[in-house]
Amino acid sequence: MSEDEAVTETARGTEGAVEPDVTEKDTEATEDATEEQQSPPPPPGIPLTIDGKTVYAEKGERVIAAAERNGVHIPRFCYHPRLRSVGMCRMCLVDVDTGRGPMLSPACLVECGENMVVETQSEKALKAQDGVLEFLLINHPLDCPVCDKGGECPLQDNTVAFGPGETRMVEEKRHREKPIALSDLVLLDRERCILCDRCTRFADEVAGDPLINFIFRGVETEVNTFPDHPFASYFSGNTVQLCPVGALTSAPYRFKARPWDLDSVDSTCTTCAVGCRIAVQSSGTQLTRYIGLDDDAVNHSWLCDKGRFSYEAVNSPERIAAPMVRKNGQLVEVSWGEAIDAAAAGLKAARERAGGAGIGVIGGARLANEDAFAWARLADDALGTANVDCHMDDGLPADVLLGLPRATIEDACNAPVVLLLAPDLKEELPVLFLRLRGALTAGRTKLVELTPASTSLTQFAAVSLGYRPGEAGLVARALTDSGSTTDVGPVPAAAIDTARSALAAPGTVVVLGRPSLAESAESVADAARALAALPGVRFLSALRRGNVHGAVAAGLHPSAGGLDTAGMLRAAAAGKLAGLVLLGADPLTDVPDRRLAQSGLAGAGFTVAVDTFLTESIAGADVILPAATFTERPGTTTNIEGRVSPLGQKLTPPGVAWPDWMIAAELATALGTDLGFESLDDLRRAAAEALGGFSALAGDTVQPPVTDAGAPRVDAYGLRLVAGRGLYDLGVTVQKSPSLAGLVRPVALRANPRDLARLGVTTGGRVRVTGPHASFAIDVVADEGVPLGSAFVPANVGVDDARSLIDASSPVTDVRIENL
Amino acid sequence: MARLTPENLVTAQAIIARYPRPRSALIPLCHLAQEQDGYLTEEAMAHIAELLDTTPAEVYGTASFYEMFKLHRVGKYLIGVCTNISCMLNGAYELVEHAERKLGVKLGGTTPDGLITLEEMECLAACTLAPCLQVNYRYEGNVSTADFDALVDSLRAGTKQDVPPHGTLATVRQQRSDQWADSARQETHS
Amino acid sequence: MAVREIPRIVSGRWDVDDAHTLEGFKRTGGYEGLRRALAMSPDDVIAEVSGATVQGRGGAGFPAGNKWKLLKDSFPRWIVVNGDESEPGTYKDRIIMERDPHLVIEGALIAAYACRASQVFLYVRGEMAFAQERIAAALNDAYAAGLVGKNILDSGWSIDVILHWGAGAYIVGDETALLESLEGNRGMPRPKPPFFPAVMGLYLQPTIVNNVETLANLPWIMMNGAEAFAAIGSEKSNGTRLIAVSGHVNRPGTYEVECGIVTFRDVFYDPSLGGGIRDGRELKAFIPGGGSSPWFFEEHLDVPLDPTVVGPAGSMIGSGAIVAMDDTTDMVRACWRLVRFYAKESCGKCTPCREGTSWLETILARILAGHGRPEDIGLLVDVGDNISPGPFPGPGLAAGDAPFAPFPYKKTTICDLGPSVVSPLMSAIRRFRGEFDAYIARGVGPEVIASV
Ligand SMILES: Cc1cc2nc3c(=O)[nH]c(=O)nc-3n(C[C@H](O)[C@H](O)[C@H](O)COP(=O)(O)O)c2cc1C
Ligand code: SF4
Ligand code: FES
Repeated sequence: MSEDEAVTETARGTEGAVEPDVTEKDTEATEDATEEQQSPPPPPGIPLTIDGKTVYAEKGERVIAAAERNGVHIPRFCYHPRLRSVGMCRMCLVDVDTGRGPMLSPACLVECGENMVVETQSEKALKAQDGVLEFLLINHPLDCPVCDKGGECPLQDNTVAFGPGETRMVEEKRHREKPIALSDLVLLDRERCILCDRCTRFADEVAGDPLINFIFRGVETEVNTFPDHPFASYFSGNTVQLCPVGALTSAPYRFKARPWDLDSVDSTCTTCAVGCRIAVQSSGTQLTRYIGLDDDAVNHSWLCDKGRFSYEAVNSPERIAAPMVRKNGQLVEVSWGEAIDAAAAGLKAARERAGGAGIGVIGGARLANEDAFAWARLADDALGTANVDCHMDDGLPADVLLGLPRATIEDACNAPVVLLLAPDLKEELPVLFLRLRGALTAGRTKLVELTPASTSLTQFAAVSLGYRPGEAGLVARALTDSGSTTDVGPVPAAAIDTARSALAAPGTVVVLGRPSLAESAESVADAARALAALPGVRFLSALRRGNVHGAVAAGLHPSAGGLDTAGMLRAAAAGKLAGLVLLGADPLTDVPDRRLAQSGLAGAGFTVAVDTFLTESIAGADVILPAATFTERPGTTTNIEGRVSPLGQKLTPPGVAWPDWMIAAELATALGTDLGFESLDDLRRAAAEALGGFSALAGDTVQPPVTDAGAPRVDAYGLRLVAGRGLYDLGVTVQKSPSLAGLVRPVALRANPRDLARLGVTTGGRVRVTGPHASFAIDVVADEGVPLGSAFVPANVGVDDARSLIDASSPVTDVRIENL
Repeated sequence: MARLTPENLVTAQAIIARYPRPRSALIPLCHLAQEQDGYLTEEAMAHIAELLDTTPAEVYGTASFYEMFKLHRVGKYLIGVCTNISCMLNGAYELVEHAERKLGVKLGGTTPDGLITLEEMECLAACTLAPCLQVNYRYEGNVSTADFDALVDSLRAGTKQDVPPHGTLATVRQQRSDQWADSARQETHS
Repeated sequence: MAVREIPRIVSGRWDVDDAHTLEGFKRTGGYEGLRRALAMSPDDVIAEVSGATVQGRGGAGFPAGNKWKLLKDSFPRWIVVNGDESEPGTYKDRIIMERDPHLVIEGALIAAYACRASQVFLYVRGEMAFAQERIAAALNDAYAAGLVGKNILDSGWSIDVILHWGAGAYIVGDETALLESLEGNRGMPRPKPPFFPAVMGLYLQPTIVNNVETLANLPWIMMNGAEAFAAIGSEKSNGTRLIAVSGHVNRPGTYEVECGIVTFRDVFYDPSLGGGIRDGRELKAFIPGGGSSPWFFEEHLDVPLDPTVVGPAGSMIGSGAIVAMDDTTDMVRACWRLVRFYAKESCGKCTPCREGTSWLETILARILAGHGRPEDIGLLVDVGDNISPGPFPGPGLAAGDAPFAPFPYKKTTICDLGPSVVSPLMSAIRRFRGEFDAYIARGVGPEVIASV
């Protein structure tokens, strides 16, 4: 069976995953269920006969799916439950009798009908299937021994199971140039391709990137790109997984392993916070690939390329393999015992010198839930500090994140309206983008956007309100008010009216993140609190870092009186932080205000870093402790919905790296505190006691701070800065995955063509952009999607990018541009 | 020249406006580009993709499906001889052999001066005039070898006036007038 | 017996020099049928047309009025005129479009009115530059005269008619492929179910696709009534139809003949029609309804042009393309040429058609090149069977034998192009097996005089 057939063909729920916290709707559903039990059981569905057995189908269910549910496997190539049926490979032909006598029909297209009689094994059906296989094989190279798909190939399997023996074709097979690169990541061997249309349908229907297509006609048909226009889709890897033969292969995996050498464990991707379910596969001591598992609730089998190929970073030879301690200015590898002792001694001294308030813990959003819990306990019990924050000054207050009613992805996809107050989801939470895109194109929901620059979903939006950073709250209040409307900055009153009427239906789901890194969290939180007045509203977080939601829930956010990350960095810069723990944190790339990050790290006292790579951020640390990644340890992770999913251990960590929770426990002991757990089981029991388990996401841990929504006016010559990330950035995941590192897009400033016209520049021009503390030259792109008066600059993609411009001490940042 | 010229862009926009969905204009726009350049260039396909808000791969996929879109330069005159059943029964293959000799090129080839490309065609809907051929999609019926020679000679001499260069199909276009009803956009129907 | 005089319903203006101009068309009664229709209710127009049984002239033969009744009750909805004429042997729609373009427009308008359509698309085959010109000019004139567009003939009814044209692909003649093409896509047919055009057609909205000739009948029916139309032809097959007689006949041409009455013998031998087989030779076989139809022979000469008779005999009338092959014809070559056509024109969507048609073509080409093997015959038959399973339609082996199976064919494919390839294949193999054997044994064709 193929990777695809084996693990994703049938949709299934998240095994072992814990459903997110029970919301009001769920409670109702439970009540309904109880009622149902008392009334007579509902009819089991549409009755029909498949191979002599009476089965019941759902309305609209295809014969192929109903058969499958009842244990009858009908062979297929083009059919895929997550794609529109095209019925073109003709492999699934079976005899269907609708009352007018049996007729060969494609089981992937025919909907089950009442009293239909289906014969999958009739002589005619078997001959047709044999015929199709023979047709597919006459021009197929049969190079199985050197094919990546060999051993998990539906064509190979079907040939064994259904097909004829030897070839009857004496003519020369069709030859084509062996693999051509469709993109940096995906290769195509056109001789092996059976033209099932899966990859092309996926690219068009699901990803919305129709960059590959059928070219030419008839027997000459091939899949290809437009010349010199590669298949540069964030989702291209899915086509490799979908390909039922070995035609599409991924450049990183090609020839790396044979399926029968692979060992697989189910897990969850933590590259971003969507929490896609994956199978992690390895060969020997190396990860060889991730495969998307079909989870109904979350990822429908899809993955983004960053997640899919990020296993390269796990395999990286640059991983930190041993603890290090700074001796005479040099980092030196030492034993765990020595490193833990050094860390404990340094932190103890810092505490003695500056008290708990003089110690800070930054990071934790990349850890598993268990780790986050352990580190929260360590901070509280052993370090005695309230200065803990898993956000990198790019999060949202915990009261907003956890305190407002929460929605699942599925809720969002079925809500009457989704209100997007978030950055471009395609860049930050790619598979959430896919899910919402799918719901929007299917007409299951409507979109209202409240974003400071157009996003990848704007084309589907019923209305898109392009607001000026700092004014999200004003627009949000205009949306929830009932009085007459006026323009709010660049947002016209008419658009607000349209949005208002769309939002009148109860049940809106607000997708809530940080629309711009150059707009303060408070400004967005203010808007969110205003939107909480919408009828029946629920919120789905759009914060992106792997397990940020689990980390917040476990307590890695500043509690009463504690400093947040920006506060800690500021304190450090002022020489007031005697001890700092960086918990898988890379402030230099992740904190929006780079000046702040630099000065904070430079001014921090004794620094302990727990990490997988020796980043620039931790290069000056005093003690470095190597951590295991999510494929190297068991545990759980929590996604944007609050859904807790298991992490599967596939490998042992490199060198002597430990899981973070173990590091915490050892360090606590060295600091003289017993956290009370020596095993994961102990830890989970403790967490259950403290938090009611990881899925219990309490919302009352933090008081809502006093609102200060008033943003300063933009002066007449300035543009308000909008900053957002790209999927491929300077973070270690991308940078340590060779296949991805080259995909970071060049930095450019996007602004409204009318603003640019005032300056006399157009796309392709160059300007000097000047922020409060920095100034540099940058390329310009005219973009109608950026409202008048704003300028979009990406963050974390280049040396000079938005991070040099953002001033974290101000709720918004204004910049000036001059033509060069 | 490869992207549509400003004048052709105006025509293109008028064509797009006729359809309920812009994408429907894809084939007419490819014809327009071919009329402009004599064949369908990559730049033109990319331009058409822009106009229709789709990707060049989509335009390429559609265009390459159809015989008439030439993705490489062809002669100013494309002579297509029908060899399908009725014409074959009336000597079409013999006519092709003759044509190859006369032009000194094989089927699919273009004369060295770039004037004439010779192709084989499928049934042209002129079966009662077999054997038949088309020059740039203009018909000649009951073609004898002598007729063929005369045709080629007139093309070479530049005396055949009624056939525009390859790429141009109809020389009359449907025009949008005040009478246009925009009926596709109306909500109510009689 | 000479064929009966009949009114020339669709070819009446072919002898009128200026019939393509609005002036010439109106002078000869043009747009009067539309005027009559507009005076009726749309449902009454449908009733009238249904009463006349205008079997579709595009190939499938489904009666026009009945087809319109299948339209799903939602708007917008579309009328698409199929002027993609490309079936081997067919030459009729092009003549109408070139010589009587207003008749096509008038017929389409009547259909659009009856169906309460939102817009009409007139899809003309790409290779027909002159027909495109004539239709474009006719539309421009008709718009200017208030016959198309706003408030047609002061009736208060408005509709646009859009000229669209293809770019060379036989398969686009299939109605669902035509719609794909009209949407700017590769012309690949859609599976039915679920994509029945009347329910989910153009832009997945209700659509009627009608052939040019089918619609050209409507003005006459509006003027003369369904009864008069039904009085022509046989009981099941009303009116007249255009046939193109080509191949080895003395008078190749496109003629309007009475449905269901005129026989193939009339078609080939009547002095007003085919006028006899060329050079007084013998008829060896003939194609009764376009390249896709199983062949008929001598014993079918007295079969009338009536689908209800031709179908059970194993073939179809299709698009009215009748091709005579005399006794000089090399049947292996004729078979190969038609098979090659389908191989070239397969859209490539269905595996059996994409791979099977080409495979058949290579085998036949190999046999013609003198490299045939005895087992190739069985292989050809079996490959054909994998495209169109079961006994393939067609007449028996000899005169008097029962047909192998009645029309239509079964298929493992989405559309009828796939099984169409099996028509010439099985026709030739069943009846002219000896010629195949000769090629295989001696590497050359039978001793027939090469056709001129
Ligand atoms: C492969 C194929 C080719 C066809 N070609 C044509 C064609 O060229 N012209 C046409 O009118 N119908 C053609 N048809 C039939 C159309 O699908 C459709 O039945 C017809 O246009 C309906 O019009 P009618 O009901 O007026 O006959 C073709 C069908 C197939 C399967
Ligand atoms: S039968 Fe042939 S032409 Fe028809 S849809 Fe299938 S592949 Fe295309
Ligand atoms: S699986 Fe049904 S036709 Fe391909």
